[in-house]
Amino acid sequence: MSAIYALYDDPEVVQRAVDRLRTAGVPDGEIVVMSSEPFEDFEFSHRDKADWLYTVAVAGGVVGLLSGYWLTRLTQLSWPLRTSGMPIVAPWPNLIVIFEMTMLGAILATVATLFISAKLPQRLPRLYDPEISDGYILVGVQRPKDSEALTTALEGAGPGRIKRID
Amino acid sequence: MSRTRNNPLADDLMRPLLHTGVWFYLTVAVLGTVVLTGLSAWGYQMWHGMGVAGVNWPVFWAFHETNFVFWIGISHAGTLISAILRLVNARWRRPVTRCAEVITVFALMIGAIFPIIHLGKPWLFYWVAPYPSQGSIWPNFRSPLVWDFFAINTYLTGSLLFLILPLIPDFALVRDRATGLRKRIYGALALGWQGTTKQWHRLEAAMQIMAIAIIPVAVSVHTIVSFDFSMANVPMWHSTIFGPYFVAGAIFSGIAALIIAMTVLRRVLKLHAYLHDVHFDNLAKLLLLMALLWGYFVTAERITVWYGNEPHEMAAFWATQRGAYSPLFWTMVVCNFVVPLTLLPFRRMRTGSGAVVAAACVVVGMWLERFLIIVPSLSTKQLPYTWGGYSPQPVEIIVMASTFAAMALLYTLFAKMVPIISIWEMKVGNQPHPVAPVDSDDQLAELWKARP
Repeated sequence: MSAIYALYDDPEVVQRAVDRLRTAGVPDGEIVVMSSEPFEDFEFSHRDKADWLYTVAVAGGVVGLLSGYWLTRLTQLSWPLRTSGMPIVAPWPNLIVIFEMTMLGAILATVATLFISAKLPQRLPRLYDPEISDGYILVGVQRPKDSEALTTALEGAGPGRIKRID
Repeated sequence: MSRTRNNPLADDLMRPLLHTGVWFYLTVAVLGTVVLTGLSAWGYQMWHGMGVAGVNWPVFWAFHETNFVFWIGISHAGTLISAILRLVNARWRRPVTRCAEVITVFALMIGAIFPIIHLGKPWLFYWVAPYPSQGSIWPNFRSPLVWDFFAINTYLTGSLLFLILPLIPDFALVRDRATGLRKRIYGALALGWQGTTKQWHRLEAAMQIMAIAIIPVAVSVHTIVSFDFSMANVPMWHSTIFGPYFVAGAIFSGIAALIIAMTVLRRVLKLHAYLHDVHFDNLAKLLLLMALLWGYFVTAERITVWYGNEPHEMAAFWATQRGAYSPLFWTMVVCNFVVPLTLLPFRRMRTGSGAVVAAACVVVGMWLERFLIIVPSLSTKQLPYTWGGYSPQPVEIIVMASTFAAMALLYTLFAKMVPIISIWEMKVGNQPHPVAPVDSDDQLAELWKARP
């Protein structure tokens, strides 16, 4: 895998670099930005927003709710022991188990979605630089089509160091 | 603005991971010895049976259950406080959250062991798990003990994930700085984290959702623990106030534990640059508020019983007010109410040793409260000919002491292996806000929406 990237230490320069790559014709999905902290105040960090994560959490909660309902109801019907004058399928006590399973379903669905969508766990890809952990921000493009144009775009953004992976 | 090597934040917070002093080994050895002693005492109890514990008719729940409720209560401050502070975007939360979340996970683990210790035959623990048709008996979902199983496991799972997920970027930081075996271990723990904008976005969104989900779970856990008592027709237990009373008490004791843990961390790991007076001041204010709330609940509970004047309840009531258990009761009142209200109104005390003294008193007081809920009521149930007493035996005392050592040991090991303050969250806290030019109201609204 070939790649070209730059390391900057200023997020404002990173924003300019991303804008210049766009101007150079690189699609948004091909611009890679890596950092050791999120930069919520910058536009470049909002390119991968995913509001559907909340929907998945709700769906997980619904699955948990149905599982809780199924577990309590079917168990009680299969072994119909009457306890303390309560009905065989006792809604109030069951509600507690159903609630816990609903929340567990939402939590597990959220975490599973995080791992799948963020591609974790994975082997550390070649396009990575340990200097990110020193506070540098990586802006790059994998499999660049026009290296010269991209180098110009990255260099013109501001002070930074250009690196290549061949 | 240089964000790179000149920033000592990561170096400071990773120092305990990369350098080990002799004090670490000494601490682990001492705490490990106490834990092993506790395990031996538990083994002694298993070998000789529950007779070596002080529990006997009519008091079948005592020290082990007190410790169970106490540790589940201690667990409350961590994830709950962290989740609330995350949702309201309190900026001062950043150095506090991980210290707090760790308490939750370890306290839950320790608390959940006590029902197993109390079983007497822990190898039959799997009978408690509510899966169908084990031992030819189907689980009874009408039992509060089964509700405990679901609530504690849901909270433990959620809290563990809530703690682990934000650790991944910090593991990646350590991976990139460590060498040799450490690099391989932290590399595996980092799961291949790169820090792409997509990964950050997913992580922050997931943390937001989990913060929303974990708050009702935390409240439900201690409400359900209170149901272990309030669903039983035992004097002073069968009360509608028990749910919120237990939740308030749990948060109260949890905040106290957090103040103690942060004080120790600040001193031992030299984190004065990160754990400031404002953190202790804010937590001490919360402790003061919870002391008032606790006083309100105790008064409401006691005055209702006293005014009702039911003979069977009054026996348990007077046992704590002026009978055999009264010294413990009044010590509890002093620890939980008098000391916090005397020390914490003053700012100088909130940021100094006053907060630690008050927090230590609250931990003692809350343990006594759990004991006083359980034992006096079981000692004086409805029929006077069933009345009896309880004296803790050495086995129970040693096991209890060892759980405090276990908590300290687990915390020490965690602080040695993991940055105890979230490095990346601290970095975010140090970012100047806002720096991005916004062209329109829509863009500004979008930015605020994206903020955690």
